[in-house]
Amino acid sequence: MAHIQLPEGLPGIRGPMVFSPETTKPLCDLVQVPLTGPHSLTPAERELIATYVSSQNDCIYCQSCHGSTAAQYLGGSDADYELIAQIKRNYPATPISAKMKALLAIAGKVQKGGKYVSTEDIELARQQAATDKEIHDTVLIAAAFCMFNRYVDGLATWQPRDPEIYREIGKQTAQLGYVGRDYKKPLQAIAARQQKVEAKGDSLWRTFDYRKGFPESSGPWPSVLKPQNR
Amino acid sequence: MAHIRVPEGAPGILGPMAISPESTKALRELVEVLLRGPNTLTPAEREMIATYVSSQNDCCFCQLSHGAAAAEHLSGDYELIDRVKRDYATAEISGKLKSLLAIAGKVQKGGKHVTPEDVVRARQQGATDKEIHDTVLIAAAFCMFNRYVDGLGTWQPTDPNEYREMGRIMAHVGYVRPNWEKTGEAA
Repeated sequence: MAHIQLPEGLPGIRGPMVFSPETTKPLCDLVQVPLTGPHSLTPAERELIATYVSSQNDCIYCQSCHGSTAAQYLGGSDADYELIAQIKRNYPATPISAKMKALLAIAGKVQKGGKYVSTEDIELARQQAATDKEIHDTVLIAAAFCMFNRYVDGLATWQPRDPEIYREIGKQTAQLGYVGRDYKKPLQAIAARQQKVEAKGDSLWRTFDYRKGFPESSGPWPSVLKPQNR
Repeated sequence: MAHIRVPEGAPGILGPMAISPESTKALRELVEVLLRGPNTLTPAEREMIATYVSSQNDCCFCQLSHGAAAAEHLSGDYELIDRVKRDYATAEISGKLKSLLAIAGKVQKGGKHVTPEDVVRARQQGATDKEIHDTVLIAAAFCMFNRYVDGLGTWQPTDPNEYREMGRIMAHVGYVRPNWEKTGEAA
């Protein structure tokens, strides 16, 4: 149960977004501009920063959505999803660029607190040819996801674990971006799951405890959607 | 020296804002609706939530500027703002605001720290769903603003008196006035 009465059936931030349309507009702009605008970092790289910070903040919904969006930008294969999972677990050991590693290091410091970013961190990023804009946007994206993660978890929103739901979200976001979308529209993957649960005489979201996950879940989750640190 | 090149003499967030106009527009609209939009919480109460979270995050610029804005909404009662930052439980504010500051303090640590009991206590003090929602979002947003300001190593004046004029503009003119960064009035 979320801490406040939110529209049913909308996962993660979508509930509060529909609850509070006046704040949703600037929030959508804030994610649209740094993540999808023209940039020397690819959209996948910027989604990765969002994903890594969200996994460090242990926010299941945000890391799953943005991880899936990053994987979709890379092509959407199982291998792409696996790469995102590896980056969350241990990015220095992955084949991403040295510049991305330096930027993820800065993002990780921002997640702990702004003052953790040192001149050495910045110097390392510059040695890998990171520009002022790339450093600025890395800090802003990391900071913004410290907000989004707290918004989503601080209201105890419903955060499903079904990888199909996040695949659908990732595909939509990679195609449509964040602005001007109807977030009230039910996700097909959720509707399908709801039908299955209702057949058993239950309700998906009324009984859902995001701390425990899906009661009816069976079998191992693909590692890409396995929440880190728990 | 900030970590990246920003206009000289622009304090705190005004430096990075000056070099990134597109994200700045969204940031300004967000803080305007959160802190000055129509709401059952007064602008002073919302500025206090922003100030308290910024002080918990140890962000000098944000806590002094929003503290000044809160005080300016209250005819210049800077002492009350200092007491709220030091120990809001003993400050002369409503029971409802105290319960909302407790939630904001949990959000500052991390979203999962907010418990159903925190929310029940706020409801017992008459807090509505919207007030709880807005408290969580204001607290979360300042966890962003504070990190943006400190994470880029911005220049931050430490004398509270230097923030009074800025606080007056924030309180009475607002956050979305065009060319805020260029006028230098806030500095």
